[in-house]
Amino acid sequence: MKYVLLFVETEQFTSDMAAMSPSERERAYDRVNEWFANHADKLRSGSKLKPPETATTVRLDRGEPVITDGPFVEGKEVVSGYVEIEVADLDEALQAAKTWPGCPVVEVRPIAFEPV
Amino acid sequence: MTDAVHNQLARVVRENASQLAASLIHVTGDFATAEDLVQDAVLAALRHWPADGIPERPDSWLFTVARRRGLDVLRREHNYVTKLAQLQCPVQQEPDERLRLIFTCCHPALPRQAQIALTLRVVCGLTTPQIARAFLVHETTMAQRITRAKQKIKEAEIPYRIPDDDELGPRLTEVLAVIYLLFNEGYLSTAERAQARDLVDDAEWLASLLHELMPSEPEVAGLLALIRLHRARAAARFDRNGHLVLLQDQDRSLWDREAIDKAGQVLARAAKQQRPGPYQLQAAIVACHADARCWQDTDWEQIVLLYDMLLHLAPSPVTHLHRAIALRYRSGPQAAMSELDTLASELDRYHLYHATRADLWRGLGRPDEALAADRRALELTANPAEQAVLQQRISGTYREEPCD
Repeated sequence: MKYVLLFVETEQFTSDMAAMSPSERERAYDRVNEWFANHADKLRSGSKLKPPETATTVRLDRGEPVITDGPFVEGKEVVSGYVEIEVADLDEALQAAKTWPGCPVVEVRPIAFEPV
Repeated sequence: MTDAVHNQLARVVRENASQLAASLIHVTGDFATAEDLVQDAVLAALRHWPADGIPERPDSWLFTVARRRGLDVLRREHNYVTKLAQLQCPVQQEPDERLRLIFTCCHPALPRQAQIALTLRVVCGLTTPQIARAFLVHETTMAQRITRAKQKIKEAEIPYRIPDDDELGPRLTEVLAVIYLLFNEGYLSTAERAQARDLVDDAEWLASLLHELMPSEPEVAGLLALIRLHRARAAARFDRNGHLVLLQDQDRSLWDREAIDKAGQVLARAAKQQRPGPYQLQAAIVACHADARCWQDTDWEQIVLLYDMLLHLAPSPVTHLHRAIALRYRSGPQAAMSELDTLASELDRYHLYHATRADLWRGLGRPDEALAADRRALELTANPAEQAVLQQRISGTYREEPCD
């Protein structure tokens, strides 16, 4: 079974990261890299995204495509990246999410199907 | 249907439905389908048994109906049919099968209300209309809740298994919370919600099943003891007119001594493991009350101590409130009132907070403040039995029983 882990950052997390000293930040990155190494056999793909200020939203349900600046939901919690994992079941996916050392919120979603 | 027949029916269904569900899931590997088949069989039983009588072998009766229905529904799915055809009655299973069932129903990826509904339906064999009535929810709402949960189990692949050792602790906490909520829902219900009162039976049955399946988990034993200790006092909780009688005014000769002793033994065995937890501590507190000959004989020193331990393990403002009540009898109303003052912001909308203050004001000789606090409590509770007590207190007609 394949799942996507959607990583979600909070305002608090962003400001905490900004307040870190270079060596603290390096340790934080090390922990994330370690997580990636530990889960290498389950990871299929994934990306870290640029901040939400760089997002552009296209709406296709208003007749003509409507292009607006920003993410589709304005909020204090924003998707900052994702990975796709292949595991036996939800418990295994949750286990991976529970040990994620990065941002403070992870949404776990099963993948329905993939484009051929 | 008389109460006796009703209770017997509920008991027989409970004893058999989860066994059947577990075996069907075992052979088909499909939680949702197996669960539907069991529900169909239970509905058929509730239609036929009141008139025809409970069959000598209710398990094989339910089995036959579920299998026939399964073969019918799943005709097109060759795989299931083959598997179902192999299924023999009586169903053979390891004790772990029912544990798998319980842990799946109470999976943390499901919302609490769905965990409760699924557990009642799948493990206790209640029908959707029965669950809806017990929770005063519309039947279609309850049906949707169950369907959504089953869909999530399927679509998100919530596994059908007992959690590994490293996650067993939190997962067991989840299961115990579901059982405890069920118990409270039934225990706090009143005559107006007779349907909900059966939930107490279901909760006790679930706790004892879990205790049988996980005998070395002290918190499971703690919850079972807690439920049984509460139930042992049931006969004294309401007076002849159906009015709630507070613990301090209950006629203790109506308490079931034998049940109290037995529950105490369950608790004592659990305590030997020296792994205290919130349910064992709560049971120990109830046991302290149960052991007292009358209200004045209560060992408040011990109760305050147990509340301290409980607060240490599971801090909560409501537990703090109960500790303050115990403190009143150990150290006087002024000490208790000072404790309560620290909880004002958290508990201002909780009726027991104000009812307790009312009591303390009375103890401090301040009837006007007491009256105001009782009125505030009355505004905040929707429970008819509690409303009645508060109304009697406000009108000065609540009668306290003296200690003989």
